[in-house]
Amino acid sequence: MLEVRDLHAYYGKSHILHGVSFDVRDGEIVSLLGRNGVGRSTTCKAIMGDVTPSGSVRFKGEEIVGLRPHQIAHRGLGYVPENRDIFPTLTVRQNLLMGQKQARREGRWKMDDMFEMFSNLRERADTPGGVLSGGEQQMLTMCRTLMGDPDLVMIDEPTEGLAPKLVEQVAELLATIARRGVSILLVEQKLTIALKISQRVFVMGHGQVVFEGTPDALRANEQIRREWLEV
Amino acid sequence: MLELIVFSLLNGLVYGLLLFMLSSGLTLIFSMMGVLNFAHASLYMLGAYLAYTISLKIGFWPGLIIAPLLVGVVGALIERYGLRNVHRYGHVAELIFTFGVAFLIEESVQLVWGRQNVDYREPEILSFPLFTLWGTDFPAYKAFMLAISVAIFIALLLVLTRSRVGLIIQAAITHPNQVAMLGHNVPLVFTGVFGVGSALAGLAGVIAGPALGTFPGMAAVLGSIVFVVIVVGGLGSLAGAFVASLLIGMLQTFAVAVDYSLEDLFAAVGITTSKTSALIDLYTVTVAQIGPILPYLLLVLILIFRPTGLLGKREV
Repeated sequence: MLEVRDLHAYYGKSHILHGVSFDVRDGEIVSLLGRNGVGRSTTCKAIMGDVTPSGSVRFKGEEIVGLRPHQIAHRGLGYVPENRDIFPTLTVRQNLLMGQKQARREGRWKMDDMFEMFSNLRERADTPGGVLSGGEQQMLTMCRTLMGDPDLVMIDEPTEGLAPKLVEQVAELLATIARRGVSILLVEQKLTIALKISQRVFVMGHGQVVFEGTPDALRANEQIRREWLEV
Repeated sequence: MLELIVFSLLNGLVYGLLLFMLSSGLTLIFSMMGVLNFAHASLYMLGAYLAYTISLKIGFWPGLIIAPLLVGVVGALIERYGLRNVHRYGHVAELIFTFGVAFLIEESVQLVWGRQNVDYREPEILSFPLFTLWGTDFPAYKAFMLAISVAIFIALLLVLTRSRVGLIIQAAITHPNQVAMLGHNVPLVFTGVFGVGSALAGLAGVIAGPALGTFPGMAAVLGSIVFVVIVVGGLGSLAGAFVASLLIGMLQTFAVAVDYSLEDLFAAVGITTSKTSALIDLYTVTVAQIGPILPYLLLVLILIFRPTGLLGKREV
């Protein structure tokens, strides 16, 4: 589904990604782990075309480096940013509509599905997104991207700063997404849900992938965890 | 007195809504791209002159439609092939670019149409007094300007708040990257907004040309007032631009109609001023005479006491 090879990216003159390579297969949940500042988010943004990278990104067999963000989105890649970039002046419903790539085109997900999963969003459908709580905003950001019916969705730190109960809700949503045949690239700093739901994990350090394996292999590898993950 | 108030209100409304037709586009472009488009008033001028030529060949009504469309295309081209390339060099470069474009348009207009006023007139069918109150006529053409401005205002409001593209524009103002990653072509939206904003400026020129005159200085006259409007309203605030447009429209028309001076004020409270006083020139200046500088006075006061403008959030 997604094949990233030797990806390099720069912010101004600073070299952020030093040849990142990994892949996500059809219907798979893969986690990209690592501490803050190792380039996980930049990797996502480079894949989405928000940052211009060099190297190769193949999505469904097609090279997408050099395409513009909206073109990449139309090919079926979705990105849920970490900072809960909802549109504050638009209502919850309007935020969700913005996720649809074309008017009146529905895919795997309908607005009612979202409201069913998160009744909070239904109750607040007509309030501006800016007044939602942090947790609600996180749900809204994820739902908004799903409304665009992506085949692979990259989700950046969905549990950051959430109460344990909400973290469970996020885990449930991830499971639902996977059940509907959508591949997931979960970007996380903490191991909690990542090790539980992923089929494979990649660990990043200093702009490169430093470990690749199953969750069990990572659990067993204390050296990698201590050097690259634990704070 | 009542006559003065009624007519000043009507004229102020006509002028204020005309200002809004210009300031709405300017402020939308500013909030999306962060750049003050100095060429905006030049596009207003271009609209008037194009409509003049079209009115000579095929009449006023086709000009009303065609001229704004042409100006819109010119605006879209300026954004697509000019501003977008200059963008990477920062806001100062963009500002200077629009400055250059403003001169280019104004000088080109004078090359083509000359340095004299052109005789661009309202259509026959609208050149009659709509009604007469206290012996003063209210021209039908001004009512027509009012109708067009109100229609444009309502259309703009509906598009921005109700339509899908309006939502995309609202979202792209604050989060352009996020909107793009959801699959919307943001650069195209920018070009579209610039084009529509330019077309509105053109339309303002088309309908203002017969009323306020079609002459080489028309861009400079209205351009500076429009900048005052968007700063007073609050840069980037559409609602603020609306309030400030009406405010400044009213301020100017009322001022022009008021013929009182300080001398009259003193007389009213029983102070007589000596005709030989050193300040007599100041005492006899009427409100009408200082009318043209009132908007700038307001601008300075706003910048001192409320730098974000009436409804703006952004620092100027």
